[in-house]
Amino acid sequence: MCLSSEEPRIGVFVCHCGLNIAGVVDVKKVVEEAKRLPHVVHAEDYIYMCSAPGQELIKKAILEKKLNAVVVAACTPTMHYETFARAIEAVGLNRYRLEMAVIREFSSWVHTDKKKATEKAIKLVKAAVVKVADNSPLEPVKSRTVRKALVIGGGIAGITVALDLANAGIPVILVEKTPTIGGKMAMLSETFPTLDCAQCILTPKMAEVARHPLIKIYTNSEVVDVSGFVGNFKVKILQRARYVKIGDCRLCGFCERVCPVKVPSEFNRGLSDRKAIYIPFPQAIPPAYVIDKANCRHWVDGCDKCLRVCPTKAIDFNDEDKLVEEEVGVIIVATGYDLYPAERLKEYSYGLYRDVIDSLQFERILSAGGPTKGLILRPSDGKPVKRVVFIQCAGSRDINHLEYCSKICCMYTAKHALIFKERVPGGEAYVFYIDIRAAGKGYEEFIKRVQEEFQVNYIRGRVNRVYRDPKTGDMVVVGFDTLTGQLLTVKADLVVLATGLVPQLPYELASKLKIPFDKYGFVQEAHPKLRPVETVTSGVFVCGVAHGPKDIAETVAQASAAAAKAMELLYSEYIVKEPLVAVVDRDLCSGCRVCIGICPYGALELVEGKAKVNELLCEGCGACVVACPSRAIELRNYSTKQLLEMVKAVVK
Amino acid sequence: MNLDSWEPKIVAFLCKWCSGAAAELAGVSRLLYSPNVIPIIVPCSGRVDPDLIVEAFMNGADGVIVAGCHTPSDCHYIAGNFKAFKRVYMLKKLLSDFGIEPERLKLEWVSAVESQKLKTLFDEFTSTIRKLGPLRVKIRGGSV
Repeated sequence: MCLSSEEPRIGVFVCHCGLNIAGVVDVKKVVEEAKRLPHVVHAEDYIYMCSAPGQELIKKAILEKKLNAVVVAACTPTMHYETFARAIEAVGLNRYRLEMAVIREFSSWVHTDKKKATEKAIKLVKAAVVKVADNSPLEPVKSRTVRKALVIGGGIAGITVALDLANAGIPVILVEKTPTIGGKMAMLSETFPTLDCAQCILTPKMAEVARHPLIKIYTNSEVVDVSGFVGNFKVKILQRARYVKIGDCRLCGFCERVCPVKVPSEFNRGLSDRKAIYIPFPQAIPPAYVIDKANCRHWVDGCDKCLRVCPTKAIDFNDEDKLVEEEVGVIIVATGYDLYPAERLKEYSYGLYRDVIDSLQFERILSAGGPTKGLILRPSDGKPVKRVVFIQCAGSRDINHLEYCSKICCMYTAKHALIFKERVPGGEAYVFYIDIRAAGKGYEEFIKRVQEEFQVNYIRGRVNRVYRDPKTGDMVVVGFDTLTGQLLTVKADLVVLATGLVPQLPYELASKLKIPFDKYGFVQEAHPKLRPVETVTSGVFVCGVAHGPKDIAETVAQASAAAAKAMELLYSEYIVKEPLVAVVDRDLCSGCRVCIGICPYGALELVEGKAKVNELLCEGCGACVVACPSRAIELRNYSTKQLLEMVKAVVK
Repeated sequence: MNLDSWEPKIVAFLCKWCSGAAAELAGVSRLLYSPNVIPIIVPCSGRVDPDLIVEAFMNGADGVIVAGCHTPSDCHYIAGNFKAFKRVYMLKKLLSDFGIEPERLKLEWVSAVESQKLKTLFDEFTSTIRKLGPLRVKIRGGSV
């Protein structure tokens, strides 16, 4: 499918690469054979084709012999395609009229038989020559970008991305599922290893988000649809009715006092109650109450006590769910985590006894703003806790539950134990662990401090049973100490499970964003080393625990990285993309839609009964080319004809 | 055809993201393997048309390898390797109808770091083809 009407005039340039190639492959023979190939009007060899004189040689031949296509037989394109592409561009040739025959990695370096290596090199050159003869000269695909970002998730990751972008002048839409931003970090008491109070460092950031003129917050909202492509996404956001007008609510709390309904508080993880009209926590953003429709009696018996006491008439029972449409250039996924459901760990009796709690419940107990105002009391009877057992790897590193390490539990358990020892003079703390993983700045020192200075008892081994002593009401923990080889029985007032982390990105949203995730549901990055915040869908980025277990410091670093990558994209005037995409021959297309179903990127659509490729969405995999029953689709510069000619060139 | 001088002709369609990169790594690591295998780099194993494999056999190939990424989550294009799997699976069933032994077509998953696996694949497949001998098929009256 050569777009240029002129006859191909191909030059073949064979590199010696010192002795790397010439030591095994007979380069002179390759040149001789190349000269006999159809359309080849020039062939020569040189000791280092990538060197400045080597490149000059190519340029000179292009001008003198009026070459319109070039094959360089040398190393891999990964190494030097760009070098030679720039060289031929310098003399006016399109970069896509260049092919490289990999005679070093695919021949001279892997074979010792000189004759066979030379024969193979000749075949590789033949294949490159037939391919380049039909390569179309192409220009990069360009599209303008909408300079606006969508951040999904309002935890510390989402907050950091939103602030970084907005401070750089990019408007941000921040979508949060719950009635407030802040995420899990807002529930924490202190943070390891510095023991900063989580609220003290988080709430100023939340307030900054709230007052930032470039950030628009949608709470109680979810992204329900995503279409479009990098630079031009169209998203639909479902904003659930709050029944309280955000600007009018003055946080006086009169409504809460008169509300007759009590339900367990999500924020305190069931350790206290809230009303049907409530504010998750005092510093919530947006600062407004919200009505929990599922539990409110207004829709059952017409109760309107809150409406009657509200001094600013902020309550509106007629509020409705709204579907909002927004256009954005990039999307950042920061959907965070949830704790692994501890009730699935039958041996620990969570859910059976109120004195077995998960790590976030313990955070709430430790928190000065929590259900016990920071006093460490047993949930069952409010008795002060004198002895506590922490069970690490509750769910993590367990083939029956989560195979992976949740990474933060060793550190938060050490922090829990330290705060407990500080607050309860004479208290005893036991930690059952498999291994202590404390890789991080100041982390190992922190663990040592907890073990030595705070005298927390670390027991290496797993717990096999937790039950309640019917006489005393105390919890009994039975575990095996692998260092002494003894079965241990520890009586405790409270048992805290260091539950693992599970991602909470909904499957439907991941499919709408077309981002792959691993078998646990964590988002897969585009490259584990070199592209850690990008996903394979260009324009969609990931950060925080949505990507994998990590602590706050790492989350913030990754969030800033995602913001920087998003800025790189949004501050370029155009999105530039490789033009090696699929094209449809409208005359051949029967409109059968097979390609539409097979394309993983949604790049194909039916326009006036025929398939059409969106060049910005197409990644050039070629799956549709194979699937098309009418042979109406071709992949640019990887056409069926080209591949067929290449096959013939190497087997004939 | 003189069987003494016969050398198997094998085409290997390598995905540029995984097995193609493994072939580059094999080169850098100087892993020696059978020179009978000629690689053709494709954007994705999902781009390998069954027709192309049939054409390779019809034009003189004695064996064909298709190598792609391991799992759907490894695939650069989300699930191209899965498409390749289904197509090769189907084609293997049809090959015997053409009189071509299905063992002459091999699908394998090779990641970018598995250069050793690629070398073993190339060497073992070459010896398999050597044992099977040259491909002789009657197609449209002519023998290939």
